[in-house]
Amino acid sequence: MANHSTSHPTHVQHHFVDADQQFDSAKMGMWVFLVNEILFFGGLFCAYIVYRSWYPELFTEAALELNTFWGAVNTVVLIGSSLTVAMAIRSVQKDQIKGLKINLLITIALAIVFMVIKGFEYSHKFHLGIFPGEFYTFEGLEHAKAPIFFSIYYMLTGVHALHVLIGIGLIYWIYRRAVRGDFSSEYYTPVEITGLYWHLVDLIWIFLFPLLYLIE
Amino acid sequence: MATAEVSNTKTLKVKRFKPSEDPKSTFLTEEKGLWAWLTTVDHKKIGLMYLGSVTFFFLLGGILALLLRTELLTPAKTFIEADTYNQFFTLHGAIMVFFVLVPSIPAALGNFVLPMQLGAKDVAFPRLNLASFYIYVIGAIFTFIALANNGLDTGWTFYTPYSTDSSSSVIWVTLGVFILGFSSILTGTNFITTIHKMRAPGITWGKLPLNIWALYATSIIQVLATPVLAITLLLLTMERFLGIGIFDPAMGGDPVLFQHFFWFYSHPAVYIMIVPGFGIISEVITTFSKKHIFGYWAIALSSLAIAFIGFLVWGHHMFTSGQSAVATTVFSFLTFLVGIPTGIKILNWVATLYKGSIEMKTPMLYVFIFLFLFSIGGFTGIMLGSLAADIHLHDTYYVVAHFHYVMMGGTLIALLAGLHYWWPKMTGKMYNEFQAKIGAALIFIGFNMTFLPQFIMGSQGMPRRYYNYIDQFTIFHQTSTIGSYILGVGFLLIAFYLLRSLFSGEKAGSNPWGSRGLEWQATSPPDLHNFDHTPVIINGPYDYHKPMEEFQLGLADVHHNGHEPSHAAKAAAEEVTN
Repeated sequence: MANHSTSHPTHVQHHFVDADQQFDSAKMGMWVFLVNEILFFGGLFCAYIVYRSWYPELFTEAALELNTFWGAVNTVVLIGSSLTVAMAIRSVQKDQIKGLKINLLITIALAIVFMVIKGFEYSHKFHLGIFPGEFYTFEGLEHAKAPIFFSIYYMLTGVHALHVLIGIGLIYWIYRRAVRGDFSSEYYTPVEITGLYWHLVDLIWIFLFPLLYLIE
Repeated sequence: MATAEVSNTKTLKVKRFKPSEDPKSTFLTEEKGLWAWLTTVDHKKIGLMYLGSVTFFFLLGGILALLLRTELLTPAKTFIEADTYNQFFTLHGAIMVFFVLVPSIPAALGNFVLPMQLGAKDVAFPRLNLASFYIYVIGAIFTFIALANNGLDTGWTFYTPYSTDSSSSVIWVTLGVFILGFSSILTGTNFITTIHKMRAPGITWGKLPLNIWALYATSIIQVLATPVLAITLLLLTMERFLGIGIFDPAMGGDPVLFQHFFWFYSHPAVYIMIVPGFGIISEVITTFSKKHIFGYWAIALSSLAIAFIGFLVWGHHMFTSGQSAVATTVFSFLTFLVGIPTGIKILNWVATLYKGSIEMKTPMLYVFIFLFLFSIGGFTGIMLGSLAADIHLHDTYYVVAHFHYVMMGGTLIALLAGLHYWWPKMTGKMYNEFQAKIGAALIFIGFNMTFLPQFIMGSQGMPRRYYNYIDQFTIFHQTSTIGSYILGVGFLLIAFYLLRSLFSGEKAGSNPWGSRGLEWQATSPPDLHNFDHTPVIINGPYDYHKPMEEFQLGLADVHHNGHEPSHAAKAAAEEVTN
């Protein structure tokens, strides 16, 4: 800490004493942000818990309308993308920039696959008339509160999908910076914190999948 | 040159850096011009921009309040329609809570002071800090769109089902507040990280100023509570947009669930507003008593205790909503618990005064006003927390008076204390002490005249938010209105002498109050990088029994805090050598 010289490496911002302080700060800031994300989704999970405890039979009936097979495929796809993001971080730590770029591209590709499958699921439901809330016209479910289940479904998966889209944007930005040669084992803070974000997006889906698709 | 033990493994070479009384270059003289201000990442400039915006919104909310009070001069219509009245009290509440009280102390004063008290050059994420300011501005624009477009008449609480049916532009305001929430979250994230990672050598957790502890507790609440408000408002927006039915009884949803969600944020938000005020009180009371704070750890940890318990009491807003009797009882009990850490603080502050050499400067005057008004606000809160009394007092002017005593008598008075305390540091100018004392007196008299009668009429059954009232309340309403005018004059006077001090105020020295706080060891106004050296701390922030020299230490072998000297300073140095 004491040896604060005027010859900062270029990636260290002026208000940090050294690269370690910058890295630690960025990482901690991201963790704090992730806590905030969890509480954001927490509100939706709370609505889920409340309505499921009021209408348990609604949830088991309505969940049958969701396609467990494609949900499972999407789960595998997202877990795979978490692996490749971890491998990207590993690559940059070992100065393997080519590995970094390839892993980032695979991650983006998997995220897009996830969104495409999600899109097919949504359009299938829209086709049946399963719209959120007051636009709901589906007649295959007896339960009077069925629109509320799908409101919760669309809010949870919709907000999650929004996070996936933001993640795709972030990872593409990281990829562009990797191509530009910004990263090395000396400096890979953005890769690390984007990876943290992506793991959270994955983790939330791992809760959504059983809570929505697998209940009986 | 002296050496100081900072930890048991590392020895740092330090020397004394006496702050210059006549700084050549400050953050105000560097990076000048409108564009430089709008794109600055300097926490001090961002703090001042927040201060300007908060003042603007305070003026707006204040004018609305005066219009409301004027309408209430007579029992029937005085000069505005009932619908306009509904819009005015809604906007007064929404603006004062979301645009003034929540960002006032942390984002304005906190932004300015926090890195300086830590001996850091800036917050951990300066660009995020600027982003949070612009997010605040975008949130404000959304609210103005609503204003121009049907207004808002739901009350600041947006209770369903009325908010899902109201013809006013609820969506614009909820989206505005949703966006605003991110500004609050980013500030909190930034502060937590800064406090953890950016402390100067020697600042251990036990040597943090209590202002930092208070901002730390506040930031934790901001990060944990605000996202819940965000999702609640998003659900409300979707309720109006898609009719998702979660809160709408017509579709089988539950409006009380909205109240739970809303108060899960909005009760902790009360602590987002008041806890940073506690921090200011601790700083000012020690400086003007020239004495170590009584019960450092008790005050520091009670902030965290309030933050924690504050999350468990939201149900006390809903005693009459039909929630279960068990829940009501538990919430009432937990509400009493919050009184304990708050009482600990008040008693420790009063104990700090004991045998201190008290100097009655304006900031200290505000501390005494705070102790008086906030205690009334706190005790009436305990009364409202007791079940039987609340059934009688719920939704009456008693509640209005209570939260104005807490929010205005607490937060706003603390903000005024902080503003007068740090004004010389922020601007380098002294305000007129005599006029400031007159201002404080007007505020105190006007405030009590406005809100004391509201306790009485509330306990006699005057409901809040009513446009008309029965004749027996006339005298209370009229006293209250006249009080609010006095309050308004007080605020105008404060604005007048503070602005005047910028142009013709006496020059402030680096440390006009003789404080031991680290922020006072920089020049007034501070250097662009806060300090021209890397500060080293060996004493606690309230060690008034130790000599001033020991608070002015910095690393001896690091020059200019690891920076090239600024252009102005360089030019000045060259002039000297030539």
